Amino acid sequence: MSETLLSISGLSKAYPGVIANEDVSFDIRRGEVHALLGENGAGKSTLVKMIYGLVKPDAGTMRLNDKSFAPSEPRAARAAGVAMVFQHFSLFEALSVAENIALGMETPPPMRALAARIREVSQDYGLPLSPERLVGDLSAGERQRVEIIRCLLQDPRLLIMDEPTSVLTPQEVEILFATLRKLSADGVSILYISHKLEEIRALCHTATILRQGRKVATCTPKDVSAREMAEMMVGVSFNAATRSSRPTGDAALTVEGLSLKASSQFGTSLKDISFTLRQGEVLGIGGVAGNGQDELLSALSGETATDPGSISLHGQDISRLGPNGRRRLGLLSAPEERLGHAAAPNMSLVENAALTGAERQGLLSGGFLNWPAARGFTKNVISGFDVRTPGPQVAARSLSGGNLQKFVIGREMLQKPDVLVVNQPTWGVDAAAAAAIRQAILDLATNGAAVLCISQDLDELLEISDRFGALNEGRLSLILQTSELSVDEIGLMMGGAHELDAAHG
Amino acid sequence: MLILEKRAEPSKGWTTLSPLLAVVLTMVAGGALFAILGEDPVVAIRTIFWDPLFGEFAFYYRPQLLIKAAPLILIAVGLAIGFRAGIWNIGAEGQYIIGALTGAGVGLAFYPMESALIFPLMVLAGAAGGWAWAMIPAVLKVRFGTNEILVSLMLVYVAEQVLAKMALGLLRNPEGSGFPGSRNLQQYPSAHNAELITGTGMHWGVVAALIAVIFAYIMMTRHILGYQIRLTGEAPRAARFAGVNPARIVLLCLGISGALAGLAGMFEVTGPSGQVSIDFNVGYGFTAIIVAFLGRLHPVGILFAGLLMALTYIGGEIAQLNLSLPAAAVQMFQGMLLFFLLAVDLFSNYRVRFRRLEAA
Repeated sequence: MSETLLSISGLSKAYPGVIANEDVSFDIRRGEVHALLGENGAGKSTLVKMIYGLVKPDAGTMRLNDKSFAPSEPRAARAAGVAMVFQHFSLFEALSVAENIALGMETPPPMRALAARIREVSQDYGLPLSPERLVGDLSAGERQRVEIIRCLLQDPRLLIMDEPTSVLTPQEVEILFATLRKLSADGVSILYISHKLEEIRALCHTATILRQGRKVATCTPKDVSAREMAEMMVGVSFNAATRSSRPTGDAALTVEGLSLKASSQFGTSLKDISFTLRQGEVLGIGGVAGNGQDELLSALSGETATDPGSISLHGQDISRLGPNGRRRLGLLSAPEERLGHAAAPNMSLVENAALTGAERQGLLSGGFLNWPAARGFTKNVISGFDVRTPGPQVAARSLSGGNLQKFVIGREMLQKPDVLVVNQPTWGVDAAAAAAIRQAILDLATNGAAVLCISQDLDELLEISDRFGALNEGRLSLILQTSELSVDEIGLMMGGAHELDAAHG
Repeated sequence: MLILEKRAEPSKGWTTLSPLLAVVLTMVAGGALFAILGEDPVVAIRTIFWDPLFGEFAFYYRPQLLIKAAPLILIAVGLAIGFRAGIWNIGAEGQYIIGALTGAGVGLAFYPMESALIFPLMVLAGAAGGWAWAMIPAVLKVRFGTNEILVSLMLVYVAEQVLAKMALGLLRNPEGSGFPGSRNLQQYPSAHNAELITGTGMHWGVVAALIAVIFAYIMMTRHILGYQIRLTGEAPRAARFAGVNPARIVLLCLGISGALAGLAGMFEVTGPSGQVSIDFNVGYGFTAIIVAFLGRLHPVGILFAGLLMALTYIGGEIAQLNLSLPAAAVQMFQGMLLFFLLAVDLFSNYRVRFRRLEAA
């Protein structure tokens, strides 16, 4: 047996108008953790889909175990020993762990035997998971374990993981890494897709970096700095967001004892949240997805009314005001979900600019919308935030995620907010655009506005926020100065450990 | 293998062309249907689409075109506003009946007094009646979250019972020798919605329909209410984020469509129909749903769709008389129009691609 498990040579794939991959070649050795690194749109997903048989390459060949490998569908790839854990899970919430795993199998063994196998594998690889539990009751990290165990039961030789840590707490990440290292020691190769550079340096033996569909470098992550890798990824050297130190001013937004019952069965209730956001500061709110981020944003934006006295802006109680009433007073917000919440997918950018801009941009007179003015505002957003679009008339859904995000953030920023609340401002945005958005947030704060940034990207929060807190099951942790925090403390805050409060109390 | 691929943006060409293509496909499929029934398809299609406008008896049918199109357009314009917001008023037929009853009721209450104020009062009463009937599903939806589709539809049958009761009771002509039905409003000048220009079919209902088209167009494209209605239909969550009060939109949309349906009923009962009778309603409220979609939920589109639908009504009647085609065949023909429109519509949002299926 040779050292190389999978050898890729000259793989190309083009879609109408875009070249997803061009002449990509690299080798994955046995037992190696191989990182695939690149910005959004660099062609990572397409490449992986070709290996997993979801997409057929236009040109190029693959060899697995020195045999020609051209899977026509995922089943063929799985039969050849390739397994994949997707970023988005495909699990049924109403079924148990074992039932979910059985559903993905060609010929499931009897349930009792399967449960025993699941227990065995989960113990072997340090992935605590009970086969009887309902998936609906599991955390994101535990759901991921279900997907991983589902793959491991196939005895794969290559395990593909697509951005596995985006839904995990730091502690869960450690557990996952321990598992992956053990798999690697057992001779399983892992293709690890991520854009989190520190993780790659901690875990991976080799990294292949893609840019605009081409391989730009292969390196040993331990030997290069995160900054060097980032520059290879982006192609230009870019600056981390800079801030001028600034004094924070008076309280802008005060939240006191904010509690809110979940609006749906799958929502999270907010429990007794209190904080003060000062003029000129960026307050970062971290936490794993689904711990109340959406609910907090909608309580602050005015989409959901809250108890009188719970939210005040510059001393004025705004708890009962709707979104437009708050906009008039200078509180603007940008939700996480771009399509369908921050923007209407089928409406044009001009119409979407009016969505939040009508009030403060004076686009209304006597109830009639001034479309030429809205168009002018749209053009300002497009040019001010480098939104790549054929023009202001196109439908929002035709923009790429990153461009639409720039549009949404720009739309609020250009309205000169006193207080800006953003949720996941750089989610799914390429590194260069993300850096621009972060810089814009910092500039806004430097000019005296108060920014509340809710995000699941810890690196981002540590980079831009003055103070940091975390949401866990609808509760807000103690808020601490970012500069004094250690990664362990952050993990504990995100996990909802309250002894930390006492320690800092 | 054929696959459908979502377009980045709805195709402008397909959006405009699809109603025309749907009409052509309906002619083809309808022609085939008529051929199976033993009729010459060309003659049948010509009877439906050509004869009412340019045939031997066109002088009689042409006014009918406006008379039949006016209520369809008036109702459909209102319905389309709600449909754009995702509020499905299926009960326009009921609102139409109640509007006719309240409109005629007010007029009959003044009989035999003559005054120029009576007709405007009746117009207001008709609109108010339709509005009130539509407020039932609206308030239930806002207050208790009931489904407006079911409630408004069920209220059609309630309205039909009310109509029968009124035609036999309260509104029955006291001089009608016990026959069901009200006084003939065509013989009561103050309450008569007469032809404005003789021989054209042009009555106040037609004027109202044209005004409704213009107002709806301006509201939907220029006014914040129209914007909020469209936003609610496109992305309810984004609408809430934009500060739209969903309850208000429900009340507004059902209110507008109810009032316009009530107006249509009122103009019909005081004009072309003339009296409140047990079977006064002929399904305009339901056909208007087809008209609204055929017109792309756009006021100007609805204007044309209403005329087209009126044409198939009239042509269908001629076909029944001259070719003795069954009434069901004509209704099926009208149904096909909506069916094909919805089918062709797919292509404005999706494109079809061919892909070879590879062996596993």
